[in-house]
Parts: sequence; structure tokens; C-alpha cells
Amino acid sequence: MTAVLSVEDLSVHFGPARPVDRVSFHVNPRETLAIVGESGSGKSLTALSMMGLLPRNAKVSGRVLIQTPQGPADMLGLPEKRRRLLRGKQIAMVFQEPMTSLNPVHSIGHQIEEVLIAHENLDRAARRTRVLELMNLVRIPDAARRIDDYPHQLSGGMRQRVMIAMAVACRPRILIADEATTALDVTIQAQILQLLDNLRRELDVAVVLITHDLGVVSQWADRVVVMYAGLHVEQATPAQLFGDPLHPYSYGLLRASPRSDAGLTYRDAPLAEIPGSIASARGEVGCPFRPRCPAAREVCGTVQPPPIQHRGDRLVACHFPGILTQEERHVAAYA
Amino acid sequence: MSLLTLENVATAYDTPQGRFRALEGVSFSVAKGETVGLVGESGCGKSTLGKTLMRLVPSDEGSIRLDGAEISQAQGRALMPVRRKLQMIFQDPFASLNPRHRIRRILTGPLKIHGVASRAERNRIAEEIVQRVGLPGDALDRYPHEFSGGQRQRIGIARALILRPQMIVCDEPVSALDLSIQAQIINLLAQLKAEYGLSYLFISHDLSVVRYFTDRVLVMYLGRIVESGPTRDVWNNPRHPYTRALIDALPEADRPREAAPLAGDLPGVQNLPGGCRFHPRCPYATDLCCRSEPLIDAKGGTHGFACHNPLPLKA
Repeated sequence: MTAVLSVEDLSVHFGPARPVDRVSFHVNPRETLAIVGESGSGKSLTALSMMGLLPRNAKVSGRVLIQTPQGPADMLGLPEKRRRLLRGKQIAMVFQEPMTSLNPVHSIGHQIEEVLIAHENLDRAARRTRVLELMNLVRIPDAARRIDDYPHQLSGGMRQRVMIAMAVACRPRILIADEATTALDVTIQAQILQLLDNLRRELDVAVVLITHDLGVVSQWADRVVVMYAGLHVEQATPAQLFGDPLHPYSYGLLRASPRSDAGLTYRDAPLAEIPGSIASARGEVGCPFRPRCPAAREVCGTVQPPPIQHRGDRLVACHFPGILTQEERHVAAYA
Repeated sequence: MSLLTLENVATAYDTPQGRFRALEGVSFSVAKGETVGLVGESGCGKSTLGKTLMRLVPSDEGSIRLDGAEISQAQGRALMPVRRKLQMIFQDPFASLNPRHRIRRILTGPLKIHGVASRAERNRIAEEIVQRVGLPGDALDRYPHEFSGGQRQRIGIARALILRPQMIVCDEPVSALDLSIQAQIINLLAQLKAEYGLSYLFISHDLSVVRYFTDRVLVMYLGRIVESGPTRDVWNNPRHPYTRALIDALPEADRPREAAPLAGDLPGVQNLPGGCRFHPRCPYATDLCCRSEPLIDAKGGTHGFACHNPLPLKA
């Protein structure tokens, strides 16, 4: 199985800061890959790099290889004109805030149509038909009546459906959803995630979910990449990650969330905290998680651990992978 | 003994399209030392309820009693004793602190307004509280922008706490924070509650946090409480289909996802459906639901729900 997209050794610099630091991963056809991390982890910059949409003052190195019918193309190495051909046709993106991503003075039908004008050679009537098809595809009820509505006339969930219709208008192979459901209520979030998963199967598109929500990851992703302070610290399937987190950061995140199965409340036990904040990683040598890590040893302060293969298909960037999970099992065995 | 009691409270807003009730028939009480959760989706009125309690927006009808005193009409100076007993923590720690004031001024301000102690004594109280909420010792002489989101929320907590209130309304206090910071803030709120015997009204859209942190829960839909009761009972045996849908839609690890999420959008209070306000989205709606609005009956904090066709009671 050839990857539809591979990110190789991607780094993004702004002056001396390196918010994305030697990140590598790939996306398989028709899979859902989640990139999870908190603010400042570099997940959104990674997504923008994949689209070739980084701001001008960013210095970027590495490669973002996208499979095209003409062979692999490096999004980072291409001139802007060629990048535009990849966007929409091969790779597309849905953003967090549908209200600011849509133009308030154009009807939604017109905004979906613009994508077709840019990329497809269709006459006006054919475009209108295609726009209606797309609106039906993303389950906007009563499409023929809504086509001339403006964004403010739609709810947040419906606006996000319009964004998705625009993103899939030219049948891309990869769809990036950057916190696309974060601003939505839980019942609407579930609808949109369901829609993305249906499109993944119907349109044969790989979905990259950029999220901070571990619940979303566990329920929708086939594989997950955990990022921390610009680094790619762990890669696994959700079952592996939730059952046996290898990186102390992944372990801490899982323990910090009020979990459904335990049924514990604040009267029983405090939540497990990760002390400090992500900002404490700035300017550190060694492992960026060391200041917050309960298992840190001397080597963690001097050598930054590279991501290494662990037990076959997993990746982890830690000198002592699985150390906290092992300790917990050890304690549980004697409790 | 209940500290706060609301009876039949309604709050309306004027809009260009007319006057709409954002809250209707809201009744509940909060006991001393109790944490009551308030959940619902955007536009359901949960923030309006918080603001109504704080008298930041006027209520149209009903009674609000705090520690025995009626406060629903209090304004101006009459609000001073209310503020000493009831404080609020806001969602956005960036917007709720004045960027031009040092932390010292933000924290000693309430003491000064309420005429508490001498300047030296006020500074001492501020120093103590800063330490108690886990801020660095030099925090008092710095500005809000020098702090991270989690630290700013600690400042917001310190400000709410400095008058030693009996109750704090927490409006989405951890929603803007990263997961690893959320746990720190919730643990801090739990410790402070135990130390000072505080009551909380904890407003949140995040059910997993509410389940962990509250003793009782109120579920709101379009301005009305549709289900309420001890958090454990409501979570384990929701009777209102909307509560069930909220719990099912919650993406949680260790749980398979629901096959069919709740259909439809949340209509605004501007176009409220007749009958039960949930009926257009409800999979169990009958003729009765389209005609008559079910009302909640939850006397004395027991499990209650506003539904004609409730989900079965588990044995």
C-alpha cells in the first residue's frame, strides 16, 4: 500500500524558534489519521505545511510528498502555481471556525461554485448541478432552497458542512480537518464526524484529523500521531495508545482526563495532573517534556530522544518508553 | 440548608425581532458545600442563568434567594452584600482580566471597594491568596499578559475568592484550557471548596468534567431545565431523551461510538417549537409532545425530568 501523503523530516522555523521539529509520518489511502496535541504542540503548523500554506516568514525544511497521477510531488519544493493545482484536487482542508472561513457577502452556493470555477472545466448549468450534488453529499437538507442562502443564515453545523462541500468539490485524495468540530456542540460534532467518516468511504479519501480531543481520536482514528512542543513523540493505533501509552506525555494526558469507566468523582480522588505547562519546554536541551516528566533521569536533560521503532509498528521518542505504564502495573499488582 | 434557591425564574432579552425568553420557569437550589453542574449546548441559556444569578442581567419574574435574602431585584448598593457572598469565574482568562492593571490592583480592588482592612492588610490578603492558588511569589507586580492561560485562570480564581464568598458561579472555567492544565484547575477548585466550604454552580458543556466534578446536575435545553438530579443517577439512568443524546454524543475513550447521533440542529429561542421544545429532534416524540409542554418535577433535589415519554427506569 503506497502512502497518499508522506511527511519527511519536516521542520518549521520562525527565527530561532522551531515550532515544528523534524516530524515524519505518512497517511495511507482511505485511512483516518489523527494528529493530537495541545496548543503550542505544532499540530496546526504541521497541517498548514501539508497544504503549503505557511506564512512567508516561516523557514521550512523537509518534504511533504503527495501522490498524484503523475507521481509524487513535493508540496514544499514546488512553485506556488503548481501548489495551487495540488490544493483542491489532491489535498484539501477544513478549518475550525466556519464563520470566519466563509465569505459573509457571497451565497454559499456561489462559494462552493468558486472551487469548481478554479479547478474544473464546467459550464454554468453543470456547475449549479454539481453544487447541488455536493450539498446533498454533505447532507444539507433542502439543498435547492438553501443554495442561495448566506453564511449567517446557517447554523454552525451547516456552515461546517458547506466548508466540507467546498473541500471535497474536486474529489481530493486527502482531507485535513483542523479542529473542524471543536467549535461545535457535542451533538453537532458527532454529526460532522460521522459525515467525514461517510465521505472517507464514499469518496475514497484519507482523512487527517487535527485535534486536541482524545475522545475523538479514540472513536474515529485508525492511527494517531501525538505531538508535543513541535516534536512527534508517539505514533500508534488508538487501541495501543489508550491501552499501553509509551510516552510519559501520552500517559499523563490519558490520566488527566476525567474518564468514563472509572466512575470516580472529585470526592474520591484528584485528577492526575501534568505539572507545569508546555511553555516550560522553550530553550531546553534534551527532551522537551523533561521539566514536566515524573520519570525523567539525567540523560533526559542532555540528549533529545529521537523517535524510534518500538514493538514493530509503533514509534516513540523517549529514553524510557512505557516506563510509567510499567510502574502503574507494578503498583497495581501489589495493591 | 440551601444557600441559593431559584423559583420559577425567567429572563428575557430584547432583540430587533422582539423579546425572547432565554430562560423560563427555572427552579433549583444549591446547598452549602454542594457543587451543582449546569450542562447544555450553546444557546440553551446556561450563561444567561449564570448572569441572572449575578444580577448582571435583570430577571423578568421569579424569585432568587441567597442565604435567605431575596436578591432578584437588588441593584446598586444593595448588591454589595450579594457580591461578598456570591462571586464568578469566567470562561476566557484573556478577556476577563484588565490588561492595564497589575495583579495586585486586580486582587486588592474588591477588598478596597468593600472597605476591607487597611492597605497593608489588603496586600497581605492578596499575597496569601496568590500563594494559595499556586501563582509565583512575584505575580502581584506583574501584568496579565505575562501569564499563560492556566495561570490567568488562577488569577481569576484568586479574584473570585478574595472576598471569601460562600458560593462561586464558574462559567466554563476550563473550556479554554488544554487538557493537562484543565486537571490542574479542577483539582485546585476541589481543594479550595474543601478548605473554604464553598458551593459552586459549575456551568459547562463538557459532560465528562461535569460528571467528575459535580454532586448534582441540571440539564438545560432552550431555556428550560429538562432533567435534574444527583449526577450519578442522571448519568447512569438518564430519563430525558436529550440527556441520553448528550451522553451518547460524548466522544470518550474506552467507549464505542454511537451508531446514530442526534439529528437536526438546535433551533434558537427565537423560533421555539410548540409543545415540548425538544420534540422536533426527539426520536420518541408523539402527538402529545407536539401539543403540550411537559414540566419538570424535582422536589428537594431528587431526580426529575420534563418528558411525556421518559426512558425506562433501570432496576
